[in-house]
Amino acid sequence: MKQRTIAAAIFFIIVAIFFIMAAWSMRPFGTPEQSAMDDYIIQNTQEETGANNGVTSVVFDYRGFDTLGEATILFTAVAAVVMILRREDHE
Amino acid sequence: MIYNLPYFAVIGLILVGLYALVFKRNLIKMVIGITLIESGVNLFLITLGFREDSTAPIYTTSPGGIMSLPVPQALTLTSIVIGVAVLALMLSLVIQIYRHYKTLDANEIRRLRE
Amino acid sequence: MSEMSKIIRTITSIAFPFAMIYGLYVIAHGHLTPGGGFQGGAIVASSCAMILVAFGSPWINDRLKEKNLSALESLGALGFISLALLGLVFGIAFFHNFLVGSDVLFGTIPAFGSSVADINTGGVLPLMNFAVGLKVIAGLFVIVLVMAYTTTHLQGGSKK
Repeated sequence: MKQRTIAAAIFFIIVAIFFIMAAWSMRPFGTPEQSAMDDYIIQNTQEETGANNGVTSVVFDYRGFDTLGEATILFTAVAAVVMILRREDHE
Repeated sequence: MIYNLPYFAVIGLILVGLYALVFKRNLIKMVIGITLIESGVNLFLITLGFREDSTAPIYTTSPGGIMSLPVPQALTLTSIVIGVAVLALMLSLVIQIYRHYKTLDANEIRRLRE
Repeated sequence: MSEMSKIIRTITSIAFPFAMIYGLYVIAHGHLTPGGGFQGGAIVASSCAMILVAFGSPWINDRLKEKNLSALESLGALGFISLALLGLVFGIAFFHNFLVGSDVLFGTIPAFGSSVADINTGGVLPLMNFAVGLKVIAGLFVIVLVMAYTTTHLQGGSKK
């Protein structure tokens, strides 16, 4: 039991060192490099979709297929929860 | 001035969640650790889409100027909903384990085989 | 789980319509202000969970069967899919926005730049917001309801 705790502590410290080294060498906060697709979306979202909200037009119009997949995930999760927790005296 | 502080906040969230997942034995505390790791990853997705001195990408009574990127915010929405679905399934499995084994200790569940 | 005291029941039944109106406002104005289907659906579902906690699950069990709620969620999903397929019938591709520029329902196009909010814009986006909002409300409330029903009959210790 003590050996397992020491091995878990060494693993935790190694993962923490990796994360901190990665955060030191990222590019400075607030400078995205390739933003050509987002500049096109910000320029043309009012005459192509007619909505004032840029995020909603991306979610439902420019990338509506991802929203279809997300609706499927919600439906599958609800069906699985109802199936696991079924009572025996249901009608 | 800010100099990479949001990245350190993301690291703090992920490390606290990892600590709760590795070193605790109660099943519900492990589920809370997994949810904390997911929250850290969602925060990281949002911090990737920020420009200096920008406002929200919405045109209704906006003050003008440059706008931040809208695509990472849309992808984070999908990720949050996926996190809710995974949390619901994990909790229903914990309820079934408690019904069968009458205990919530991870070491006891590993030993009883029936 | 049993019900709570009289003060909590009174305050909850006063605060419930305000939370529901706020959630429906966030769903309906999804194409103008921050929000949309998923965010407003989460607000309404959490206010319904507040009702469930305050009044107890035997009280809800007499008035609401969970298979009617599942039918409501399937209705929302079918509405979302049929709006996407109507883009295939009327226009060019799947998920095509066929109501922009037409003068049937939501067809105005706003001018470029910051403007005052006009609810008559957006094309097919407000209808999709309502379908997804209905799906999220029914789905999250069914999850909370099933977990509350199944832990009222759990033996082995004092489980409230």
